[in-house]
Amino acid sequence: MKAFDQEHGIVVPIDQANVDTDAIIAKQYLKSIKRSGFGPHLFDNWRYLDPGGPDGDNAGRRINPDFVLNQPRYQGASILLARENFGCGSSREHAVWALDDYGIRAVIAPSFADIFYNNCFKSGVLPIVLSEQTVAALFVQVLAEEGYRLRVNLPQQTVTTPGGDAFAFEVGTFRKQCLLQGFDDIGLTLQHAEAIRDYERRRREQVPWLFEQ
Amino acid sequence: MPGKTLYDKLWEQHVVHQEDDGTTLLYIDRHLVHEVTSPQAFEGLELAQRRPWRTGSVLAVSDHNVPTTEERRGGIKDAVSRLQVDTLDANCDAHGITQFKMNDPRQGIVHVIGPEQGATLPGMTVVCGDSHTSTHGAFGALAFGIGTSEVEHVLATQCLLTKKSRNMRVAIEGELPGGITGKDLVLAVIGQIGTAGGTGHTIEFVGSAVSALSMEARMTVCNMAIEAGARSGLVAVDDKTVAYLAGRPFAPRGDQWERACAAWQDLHSDVDAVFEKEVVIDAGAIEPQVTWGTSPEMVLPVSASVPDPGAESDAVKADWMRKALAYMDLPPGKPLQEIAIDKVFIGSCTNSRIEDLRAAAEIVRGRRVSSQVKLALVVPGSGLVKQQAEAEGLDQLFREAGFEWREPGCSMCLAMNADRLEPGERCASTSNRNFEGRQGHGGRTHLVSPAMAAAAAIAGHFVDVREFGGERLQ
Ligand code: SF4
Repeated sequence: MKAFDQEHGIVVPIDQANVDTDAIIAKQYLKSIKRSGFGPHLFDNWRYLDPGGPDGDNAGRRINPDFVLNQPRYQGASILLARENFGCGSSREHAVWALDDYGIRAVIAPSFADIFYNNCFKSGVLPIVLSEQTVAALFVQVLAEEGYRLRVNLPQQTVTTPGGDAFAFEVGTFRKQCLLQGFDDIGLTLQHAEAIRDYERRRREQVPWLFEQ
Repeated sequence: MPGKTLYDKLWEQHVVHQEDDGTTLLYIDRHLVHEVTSPQAFEGLELAQRRPWRTGSVLAVSDHNVPTTEERRGGIKDAVSRLQVDTLDANCDAHGITQFKMNDPRQGIVHVIGPEQGATLPGMTVVCGDSHTSTHGAFGALAFGIGTSEVEHVLATQCLLTKKSRNMRVAIEGELPGGITGKDLVLAVIGQIGTAGGTGHTIEFVGSAVSALSMEARMTVCNMAIEAGARSGLVAVDDKTVAYLAGRPFAPRGDQWERACAAWQDLHSDVDAVFEKEVVIDAGAIEPQVTWGTSPEMVLPVSASVPDPGAESDAVKADWMRKALAYMDLPPGKPLQEIAIDKVFIGSCTNSRIEDLRAAAEIVRGRRVSSQVKLALVVPGSGLVKQQAEAEGLDQLFREAGFEWREPGCSMCLAMNADRLEPGERCASTSNRNFEGRQGHGGRTHLVSPAMAAAAAIAGHFVDVREFGGERLQ
């Protein structure tokens, strides 16, 4: 997993509640058997005015100038600001891969859908929950100031505005450590291989029918 | 100490190890795999030179990408889709994983075939790289969707790193009126609690209306728990659960079956169990449901009209409604029954089981699809559902009415194959998501029950199925 420590970057606002993973990465791009290359299709249905093909070539497509990702002031953004229930719907991890591939390192929202929230950590993208009021205030600031940047500090668990206001956020200690160190989850779990085998031995006695196939 | 919920019991039985902050290593009994969310997981395994921990726990099938036309007997023409399906085949062959290949009669949508095969059993933990894994909770199994990295994790370790959710109970009391199905019930629940209503929770569906539901309808309800924000939906085990599973290919046999049935008797919440969140819904008041917007919570009874964002006091919500109505091209105040449709899709892991097809067939019997409707599709959930329907003559009823009768797969639920909406087209669909572009770029989806979709196909617009001979349906 990619490690995360701090990020100081341009913020792009997606001002809509309940943004679903179909919107983040449209299904025609799920046919890829790779993990990379999804960035050019992040928010594809909103970024382009015409549908794209699965070959992934964006040349010649009509760009939607109104969509934030196409506006010059948000180019190079690494922090995404969103509304409640971000990432709802399909479990597709491709949504996180698309954000990551595009260059987004952290997503700030008042709430996230559960599966999306989990998936973020696997690619080293940090999902940050701040209160609805705070997020609303950040939206106002981002829209008001071109080149607006936030500083995300994982060790201290804070998001700091250019004006110096710092907001604390929660993150589980286990996940935090994994993210800071860039640990491989599977490697960590396999350290418990003996415990898994013990468990299996016990379960096999209690519920043998679950181990028949 | 208060009693335990069904979720508490299932969770505790599967804990292998727990960190101080609650992060838990949870043991996984059944791993369902499909072609879209698994290739990167298998690739990851190979790169790290790891092997699957217990291949016997895995059951794989291609469903999302497969064509639903007869031509698939000769293989998939589209090279990109074919590569994904071939990759799953190769991965399963390489690791000795049980798989139903595309033209195997047991192939179908992963959430239809798990229960159909008895591969989903009470008391199990069931995962799949697919959010609608919640479907399997209808059997008193703890079932939830995972991402691709987690697919790799489960393959490699038979465990998942996760945290416990909170307990939520949705009680549906009373009797569903005739013509009102599990689909209407779950849409009404989502309409009431919203698509984030169950976030962070596991929802157990209880109450007399849920007990009265068939296993198929319980699967429909749990299927859409994810649309209510919950990763898992649950229904306690009862006689119907046991009767459904008896004799299924993967179900235990002989004295193992007896032992299993005895163990399953405990798979219900204790009477004094505590739920952090509770909702009670009156089954008798539920009408046939139709979604009008781009989120499953944007749903109303068929007798209602398109709502007015101007009447919404919450500004963010009003804005969201306006965007949805612009996308759906619907004016506020328009009666839902006056919305004309272009296409009809009866299928998906929500509503493609035999009971769904029977209900829809009952409505179309002796009638014709409206000339306004360009395409009406019936896509059975599995090859075995298809065989059963054909044995009952349902395919004939659909064909005579002007429906196309297809091979099993996800099809127009997410339009990864050739079955899709063109920009601007409007569809009455029995699937579970009405997101922008879900059924095709620019396509407009209205979620309904199978009977409602069938009636809309005949009328060319939404109608109350109860005025269409549907009041007799269960
Ligand atoms: S039918 Fe639709 S919702 Fe169900 S698994 Fe297939 S794509 Fe997903």
